[in-house]
Amino acid sequence: MHMADALVNPAVAGTMYVCSAALAGYSIKKVKMEDEPKKIAAMGVMGAFVFAAQMINFTIPGTGSSGHLCGSMLLTGILGPYAGFLTMTGVLLIQCLLFADGGLLALGCNIWNMAAYGCFAGGLLIWKQVMKKGVTRKKIISTSIAACIVSLQLGAFSVTLQTLFSGITELPFGVFAAAMQPIHLAIGLVEGMITAAVLVFVYEARPEMLWTGNIMECAPKERMSFRKVLAVLAAVAAVTAGGLSLFASQYPDGLEWSVERVAGSTELEAEGSIYKTAGQVQDKTALLPDYALPDDDSAAGTAVSGLAGCVIVVAVCTAVCYAFRFFRRKEQHG
Amino acid sequence: MDKLDSAIQTIHQMEDMAEENRFFCHIHPLAKVLVTLWYLVLVMSFDTYNLIGLAGMSLYLIILFVVGEVSVKTAFRRLRLLFFGIFLLGAANVIFDREVLFRLHGFAVTGGMLSMLSLFLKAGFAVLAAYLLMAGTTVNGMCHALRIMHVPGILVTLVLLIYRYLVLMLKEAARMRQAYLLRAPGQKGVQMRAWGSFAGQMLLRSMERAEQVFDSMTLRGFQGEFPFLKRRWRMRTSIVYAVSWGIALFVLRKFPIFYIAGGLL
Repeated sequence: MHMADALVNPAVAGTMYVCSAALAGYSIKKVKMEDEPKKIAAMGVMGAFVFAAQMINFTIPGTGSSGHLCGSMLLTGILGPYAGFLTMTGVLLIQCLLFADGGLLALGCNIWNMAAYGCFAGGLLIWKQVMKKGVTRKKIISTSIAACIVSLQLGAFSVTLQTLFSGITELPFGVFAAAMQPIHLAIGLVEGMITAAVLVFVYEARPEMLWTGNIMECAPKERMSFRKVLAVLAAVAAVTAGGLSLFASQYPDGLEWSVERVAGSTELEAEGSIYKTAGQVQDKTALLPDYALPDDDSAAGTAVSGLAGCVIVVAVCTAVCYAFRFFRRKEQHG
Repeated sequence: MDKLDSAIQTIHQMEDMAEENRFFCHIHPLAKVLVTLWYLVLVMSFDTYNLIGLAGMSLYLIILFVVGEVSVKTAFRRLRLLFFGIFLLGAANVIFDREVLFRLHGFAVTGGMLSMLSLFLKAGFAVLAAYLLMAGTTVNGMCHALRIMHVPGILVTLVLLIYRYLVLMLKEAARMRQAYLLRAPGQKGVQMRAWGSFAGQMLLRSMERAEQVFDSMTLRGFQGEFPFLKRRWRMRTSIVYAVSWGIALFVLRKFPIFYIAGGLL
């Protein structure tokens, strides 16, 4: 569900940066109030775990599609929504910078779509409400799946909205959404099952490590030390990265599959009004006016002229740069 | 090469590149981050049909690739997967936007075609700009820049921790995977019946390593935040770099340089 920079315009990107930054600021305040020095280490290990897990695309039987883990719900189940949100933010930043998975400008959108819904909608509104009356295996499994489905549905819907408001695609909103939501329902189910498996493991090993919004009612079992559980989580991350990556699907992910499916249909009709609105927003937010290309011969001439200019300027600049590099090297060696 | 090897290789490549003794590596990370963000905002602000204007923004990338001595081949490898997703969205534009904007020797150029090309250029430029940023900046340097930009310390520390743990785990997993493949020649991956033992072994080995790392961090005085080593950046050059690129990019965005150059012919 990682959005590339090309899918958002600066206005949408900026708005989502502000929204995500506000949530991050609030989360930092909450984490500081908890005052648990050990938590930062747990967040680091859990972040690495989610990173590893997100390298894998899970194939969804019967659809030819696949999706990767959005670990915000998993992080919330262990660290709580605030620390979980910050950890996911860190993971998304590293993915964006080192692996070009999601754009730098679209980072605010990705944090919102992949971290905020899982941690706050899935974590605070679903997980916390169910778990505050006591934790059981069945509750963990059912809640994890439900929360993951809800958060992915909201995330997928947000991707559709952000793309629409950016005026990037000509896909009609209804068609795009109708293709995005069902596939992410299946992905959410898969993600929920994986999340449940990990959370059940933690519950068996160290139940007090699970975040429930209040103090756990069940008696802590001294099976493993805190540090060992952290190490186990780290190891699970390594297992996920190393072992399961071998079976990572080569299929496109849910977003790609949805677009492919929609683009393949020729019976769809564009809805104009919402695109006009998006276009007006784009015009107003664009830094400078642009050059339109009317449907006449002079427009083609202008385009050719521009293209020729492009080749000349690029060639001159490249030559100057190489000359600069040549003389700098000569200076260094001499 | 699978995703695991590819991830390890990418991390090492980026680290090595960022630590080389190149002109670009001595620029302060903050200057590079600000210029990159400015570039991205300007590129994404172009109208869908303004392809020539958008192409002008390639000058930034060309200059940095040549002057910064960064491998173009490696950078373009990153674009392969991204272009697949962009192609699908762009293809939808070709289908839905069939309005003819102009004709080139009788060939009708539609709005959908231009917007698809525009998407490709924007996506490519954005990825290459981010790549260039990281090719000359270590993760430590990036985090240092984030701290200067008043990004809270807890978030920056978290990014550094994730980064450190990640490299460790990926290497551990790669060693185990190699050991398995040597014992099971001809197999494409770990068989389902071996998942348990494979995962169990990996889990135990990683537990040992993770404990060692955590202990060593504590012993070395880790108190919740990593200190940044003060490196001697070329401050004056960095300021000139940021200001000159800021102005140059704005000029490229405001004036149709290529049209003017083409008009001189």
